[in-house]
Amino acid sequence: MKIIGKYFIFLQSLFVKRESFNTYIRLTIDECIKVGIDSVFIVVIISTFIGAVTAVQTAYNFVTPLIPRYVISLIVRDMTLLELAPTITAIVFAGKVGSNIAGELGTMRISEQVDALEVMGINSSSFLVLPKILACVLMYPLLVILAGNLSILGGYIAATLTGEMTPSEYVYGIRVDFIEFNVTFALIKSVVFAFLIASISAFTGYYTAGGALEVGKASTKAVTSSCIAILSADYLLAQLLL
Amino acid sequence: MPGQSNLIIGSSGTGKTVLLKCIVGLLTPDEGSVFFDGRDFHNAGRSEIQDIRREIGMLFQGGALFDSKNVEQNVGFPLDMLTKMNRGEKLDRINFVLNRLGLTNTNKKMPSELSGGMKKRVGLARAIVNNSKYLFCDEPNSGLDPQTAIVIDHLIQEITEEFNITTIVVTHDMNSVMEIGDYVMFMYKGQMLWEGPNSDILNAEVRELQDFVYSNKLMMALKEQSS
Repeated sequence: MKIIGKYFIFLQSLFVKRESFNTYIRLTIDECIKVGIDSVFIVVIISTFIGAVTAVQTAYNFVTPLIPRYVISLIVRDMTLLELAPTITAIVFAGKVGSNIAGELGTMRISEQVDALEVMGINSSSFLVLPKILACVLMYPLLVILAGNLSILGGYIAATLTGEMTPSEYVYGIRVDFIEFNVTFALIKSVVFAFLIASISAFTGYYTAGGALEVGKASTKAVTSSCIAILSADYLLAQLLL
Repeated sequence: MPGQSNLIIGSSGTGKTVLLKCIVGLLTPDEGSVFFDGRDFHNAGRSEIQDIRREIGMLFQGGALFDSKNVEQNVGFPLDMLTKMNRGEKLDRINFVLNRLGLTNTNKKMPSELSGGMKKRVGLARAIVNNSKYLFCDEPNSGLDPQTAIVIDHLIQEITEEFNITTIVVTHDMNSVMEIGDYVMFMYKGQMLWEGPNSDILNAEVRELQDFVYSNKLMMALKEQSS
């Protein structure tokens, strides 16, 4: 409970004694490049393969000819939108960006760079953390959109190349019984997950004390805590919104 | 006093750095007050605290340079954040300070490319670039070879006099004590046991201070030679 309270006080501290608007714009753009553009490669690889694997495994489980083949791509689509694109990408994002945020802030803390900012009269938490959170909340939904599209494309490639489905069957399955809210739901999840990853990782890194060993532990803890928060939020959002 | 350097000395773990952190506002003291020109730092309003902070420069033990910024950006950081200077004015000021500290042509170097002594000098440049009225140095020559340590000590002393700054240096190095410092405070187990002009330190009749001063073999040899 003490840690949760400290986390909320930390979040509150991001919004008091802020620097100028232009400072945040510049820092947020820098962070967008770091957390967004630099994550594209891993997201492309993972989401394409996840889509391909989902298509192949779904086809493998369809042993009865009574179920039409287009259902395979329908399942790929819904699994991608509801779970794989926002949630699995969030786990990967926590591993890449979350550990990076915790490691960076932890190193700044133990090497007195955070103290140097405070002595200058700068709100170090707001200056260092707020742009990271804004960048994650802005960039992660875009990564989820990319992941969703690539996952469906990966399923298409796998299903058609293995001969499980014809291209027209796959495309028909993608379009049939489409619920538009699923896209909105995926984007709502992506914003929540991005906020959780960035804020939890920053909180863990910002309060690192000790030396290099503790920075490593903080990075690991940031990823673990973020993953638990993501899965908890995933369940809560599914209960609330579906 | 402006233009005067003050030393806080004592063994490791006596609370020198904690005291320094209380003075600069990184820690809140359990009791007591810190005054800057009559302004109570820990009980001041937000804008007054900001005003005081803008008058403070601090040299940290490891330099505390921002890893992602080069020398020019590190030194210019207080100007970016705390002043409304234009780019040309900032660059002039940065180059003036870097030249003064013997760091000519290092503008584009990253902290990872600098030696320990250079990092301290860049840290010192960043601390004074905004015309600070108060300079605080935490163990400025820790981790440096004796020759570089003397260079850093002399720079602190020269800058203090040249720019009319009030300087407080925390150190446990007796070589520094002998090189710089107009006024010395000796701490022992969290208490200030002795204070006085630097010239009186060798004759101070405080056993703990004598033990501290003459724990250095060089100082002991000097004492034996003089007696």
